[in-house]
This record gives sequence, C-alpha cells and structure tokens, in this order.
Amino acid sequence: MDAAIEIRNLSKVYRLRKTESYISLRDIITQSARNLFKKSKKPEYFFSLKDINFAVMAGERIGIVGHNGAGKSTLLKIISRITPPTSGEALVRGRIGSLLEVGTGFHPELTGRENIYLNGSILGLKKSEINRQLDAIIDFSGIEKFIDTPLKHYSSGMQLRIAFSVAAHLEPEILLIDEVLAVGDMEFQKKCMGKMEEVSKNHGRTILFVSHNLSAVKQLCTRGLLLENGENKLFGDIDTVLQTYRNSYLRKTSRTGVAHYDLGQHPNKIKPGNGLLTAQLLVNNEPAETFIPGSDFKVRAGYYLESPLIDPEAGIVIKDEQYNPIIGLNNKHLGIKLDLKVNEPGQVTISIPAFNIYMPGKYYVDLYLGDQVHYFECLYDAFSFDVLPHDVFHSGEELRPEWNRIFIKNMDIYS
Amino acid sequence: MEKLITHIQPPGRFSLGLRELWQYRELFYFFTWRDIKVKYKQTYLGILWAIIQPLGMMLLFTLLFSRTLKIDTAPVSYPIFVLSGLILWNLFSASISHAGDSMIQNAHIIKKIYFPRLIIPGSAVLLALFDFLIGLLIFLVFCVLYRQSLQWYSVFYFSAGIVIVTLAGFGTGTFLAALNVKYRDFRYMIPFLLQLLFFSSQIIYPLTAVSNDWLKYLLALNPVNSAIDLFRVSFTNAEPDTAVFLIGLVSTSVVFWGGLYYFKKTETFIADLV
Repeated sequence: MDAAIEIRNLSKVYRLRKTESYISLRDIITQSARNLFKKSKKPEYFFSLKDINFAVMAGERIGIVGHNGAGKSTLLKIISRITPPTSGEALVRGRIGSLLEVGTGFHPELTGRENIYLNGSILGLKKSEINRQLDAIIDFSGIEKFIDTPLKHYSSGMQLRIAFSVAAHLEPEILLIDEVLAVGDMEFQKKCMGKMEEVSKNHGRTILFVSHNLSAVKQLCTRGLLLENGENKLFGDIDTVLQTYRNSYLRKTSRTGVAHYDLGQHPNKIKPGNGLLTAQLLVNNEPAETFIPGSDFKVRAGYYLESPLIDPEAGIVIKDEQYNPIIGLNNKHLGIKLDLKVNEPGQVTISIPAFNIYMPGKYYVDLYLGDQVHYFECLYDAFSFDVLPHDVFHSGEELRPEWNRIFIKNMDIYS
Repeated sequence: MEKLITHIQPPGRFSLGLRELWQYRELFYFFTWRDIKVKYKQTYLGILWAIIQPLGMMLLFTLLFSRTLKIDTAPVSYPIFVLSGLILWNLFSASISHAGDSMIQNAHIIKKIYFPRLIIPGSAVLLALFDFLIGLLIFLVFCVLYRQSLQWYSVFYFSAGIVIVTLAGFGTGTFLAALNVKYRDFRYMIPFLLQLLFFSSQIIYPLTAVSNDWLKYLLALNPVNSAIDLFRVSFTNAEPDTAVFLIGLVSTSVVFWGGLYYFKKTETFIADLV
C-alpha cells in the first residue's frame, strides 16, 4: 500500500527580519540608498525545517512533539499547503482537512447556522455535505437554541463549541490538528477527543497531531515524530518518542533548589514573566523530590499577574507514567474562591493531606492557572516526582503495586 | 473513488490554476455570499445604500454641472448621462478598493487554511458586481422615467462595457492586493489613485469635449473611458471612437494579465508575509 504522506528532504528557510513582518516602501528605499555606500550585509537565514524525511501509512496517527520553535507548525503548514517548502517535496494521497485553528473564518455578524456553512466550506466541506451533516453538527455543539443568533452575541465558549462541532464532522482522509484541544472546558474536550478517536479508529483516518498535551497525544496516536530545532530527532513508536521528549523536556525546567522548579522557560508559557513562574513540592512541609505514600502533599506555586483574572482557577493534574490521570481538579471543584494578587508576586498552594497514592513509580504534574477569558495557561508536565515503595500498614507485608494504585489508611478486615 | 494526490514542491512554473479554482467554486460562492450578507447586515438601511449612493451622486452632479456649468450632453439628458458613467465607475472603484484590501482583511484565514488565493480578490469583485446590478436596475428605471429609448443591440454594448470594467477592476484590484501584502503603503495610495482615475474618466463630462487629441488618447488609457463609451453608444447613437476603444482594450488586457501575473507570483508567499 502507498503511504498517505511522504516527506522527502523537506526544508524551509525563513529570512530573519529584525523589523515587522511586512515591509514598508520607506524601508526598501532607505535600505537601497544605504547599500549604495556600504557593502550590503548578508541577510540572515534560519532553518525552520531541515532535511526532514518520513512516511506515514494510511490510517496511522502520528503525534508530532517538540519544544516551541522546533518546526512542528511549519511542518503542518507545508503539508496543508499554506506555505511552500524551500526545498524537498511532499506527497500527500487523499483529501486533507487542516485544523490549524478551529473557527477559522467565523464572522461575528453571521448567525451560528450561517457560520457553520462558511466555516465548513473554508475547511473543505461541500455544501451538500454540510447540508447532510447540519443537524449532527448543531446537535453536537449543544446550542440549538441560539443557532440563528448572530455569533457576536455568543460567549467565547459557545463560539468554540460551534467551531469544534464543524471540525469534528470533517471527513477528510488526512486530518492535521494543531493544539485544538488546548482550549475549551474539560467536558467538551473529552467529547471532542472521543469523537476524534472514533473517527480515526473506525474510519481509518490518517492523523497528524501537534500538541503539548502529551496525554492527549498518547491517547490518540500510534507513532510519534520528535522535532528538535527543525530536525527529525526521532520517528518511531509513540511511547519511545514521548519518553525521549519528556526527558529533554524535564531537563529544561531547571531546578533552582531542592524540589524547586523554575517554570519561566516552560514550553507552554503564553507570556514570559506572567502567570505561573515557579513550583515547589513539599512533602510533610519539607521540600522533597520523592514522595512516601500517606504523607502530606503540597505544591506551592509562585505566580505573577500583570492584569487581574475574573474568577480565577488554579488546578493540578497528577498523572502516572502511562499518562493516566490520578487526580485532576481545581479550586472551583472544591468550592473555593481564590483572591489573587496583581502586579506583585504571589503564591498559590495546593494541599493534599495524607495523600494515599500508593503505586511506586514516576508521576508527572500539570499545573494550570487563569480564567477562560483573559489568560489561561496549562503547564503540562511542570515537574515530576517519584513515589517510593512503602510499608504503609507497618505489617512487613509488601502490597502488590499492580493491584494497589491507592491505599486506605484505616482500612479494616474483621470477623 | 480515485484518491486525490497532492504533490507539494517549492514554487516553480507560472500557472493560472483554473482547474483548481473550479474545484473550489463553492468556496468562491460562500466568500461572496458572506461579503454581501455582512455588508448589508451591518447597516440600518441595508441594501438601500446600493440605491442611495449612485442616486445622490447623480443628483449632486446634475445640479453642479448641468445647471451651473452647462455641460452639453445632447441628445442625452444629463442625469441619464451621468448615471450611466457613475454605475460603471462604481463597479470599477469598488472592485479596486474591495479587492485591494481583501488579502489583508482575510489574513487570518489565509494564514490558517489553503485554498486558491485568487478566490479572495475574486469574490471582492463579485461583491462589486452585485452592487452594480442594483445600480443597473436603477439606471434602467431612470431610462424609462426620462423616456430614453434603448435599442435591442444595447444589450451587446452594455455587456462589452461591463466586461471591460470588470476585467480592468479585477486586474488592478489583484495587483494592489498582492502589493498591499508586501508594502502596506499601497493601502493609503488606493483612495488617492481612485480619485485620480475618477477625474480622468468621462463620467461628468463627455470625452468628446476634450479637444486636444493627445490628451484624449492619454485619458483613453483609463479603461473606464472606453467602457463608458461603449455603454453610451446605445443612446447617443454616435459611433464609438475606434482609437479610444483600442487603446482602452490594450490597457485593459495589460492591467488584467499584469495584475493576475503579479498576484500569482507572490501568492505562494502571502501566508508568510501577512
């Protein structure tokens, strides 16, 4: 069988410009005037992608990971023909649906229904296909009531729902997805994930998925591509790729003391110097990198906010090595309102007293802070810690880890 | 079903990509539909504006030029004369200003999704054509009101004029659209350029009033002039000026192909620039 996507010696070079992306005539004129007198400086070039080679078989789902600026988005842009390569070639067999950003082309003056048609046709659906799927799309979005209201009256969440619904009903043979799951509420994200899995597994769709959310990548993808500075670092089985990436990843979060992590360089940072900046793990109120089952678990996160958040949420997700979440909640789940400082450093502490996690191994912690409107950042795998085997019941009998993910301290068996 | 195979390579030979445009015809329709809908949805008077605007201009010019300056347009009454020029001019100027700005207006879509970029200025011109059709209807109503007789062959002359203006507007518009992406200066040049073109078009005066032949031929470089000439043939009963017509035809094809060529050449890099 032929490969769905074949990439051969693909490179993309950008010319570095110090000023804005577009040029003004004045710049051209002054530049050429200057060049009359001076030897022209050689322009600087920068390889966004460098000699990339790989092939994707039909029905394979590839997760593309790498640090910011590694060339992930450029690769998708070339495959979706938004920008041409500088050299090399790509062969794509099948219709491509590109989801580089959901809701592309939405117009606030048009109604939800009209926007479904517009967005659908921009994303490559035929009118007859939209007609056929219209009810399903509206139904999936869950906002039938407002479907004939202009989009400008929608909340951002509602707009997102419409956008996702259209996207979820695309029927291309090859689907390119870039970070679409980073936004939207958890429940809807889950719904979308489920839909994508169903579509890809049952219909044999080929998927290229770029995301920083490694658990989503792991859940959806069969193989992985790790890009580093525009180069193909590793292409292979998803677990190996994620493990390699994760190792390089955690090295980037520098340790600035015992269990004290600097998050300023985190790949998911939206704005440098804003949001979550540091994290410290405290075990029984002492900084530690290992955790003994049953101890008090605390994460103290340092933040800085340049502008206030509306009804902020601060949350945590703890995952095991297989990316299975163990705990994932925020202050809203606990019914707690947070009062965060603005323009001065502050701290948020997430405290889990007598944390009864049991299974020994490595655990990864995502931290998030923000509101759904102004600023929201989720730092995946902000840091990791180890859970050590421990004789939690002081019986001398070791619990079998494969049977015991958690333990209950006062558990009793009697006759 | 045959599988679509896309071969992605560095930009190479020039090609119009007509086959691909045909594949994307529905998107063409949707962009035009969006532009028309949005344009008239945002205003209180809505589609009435397409009627008010040319009528207001006609009234102004009639008062100004026919009453005070006494420009002679016999045998055609001045309002009919000026309206015929105005609707064609509006088609031309709207094509240029909509198309010229269209790539920047739609930058957010261009950066995200691939489709033949020509659709964007193309649908901007279709929007101008839609407005023109309304203008043409008003014009025909006024022809009846002023008892202006029309010949059966008017249809032929009308269509020829419309085609010339549309092609010239499309060419200039796409050229400016591509330039605009590269050099934002052209955004400010468009209104200036349009004003210049307006006064060099025979809208408020007949080209026959220009006595200097060389000046007349210079003005004929403006494609609108030959288009208006053709348009007015059907009711002035005068032969169209062959020289003016030919000059206009040449400049129209230069503008059309030149604009198209430049646009297709820059098109592949547009997503990197906007």
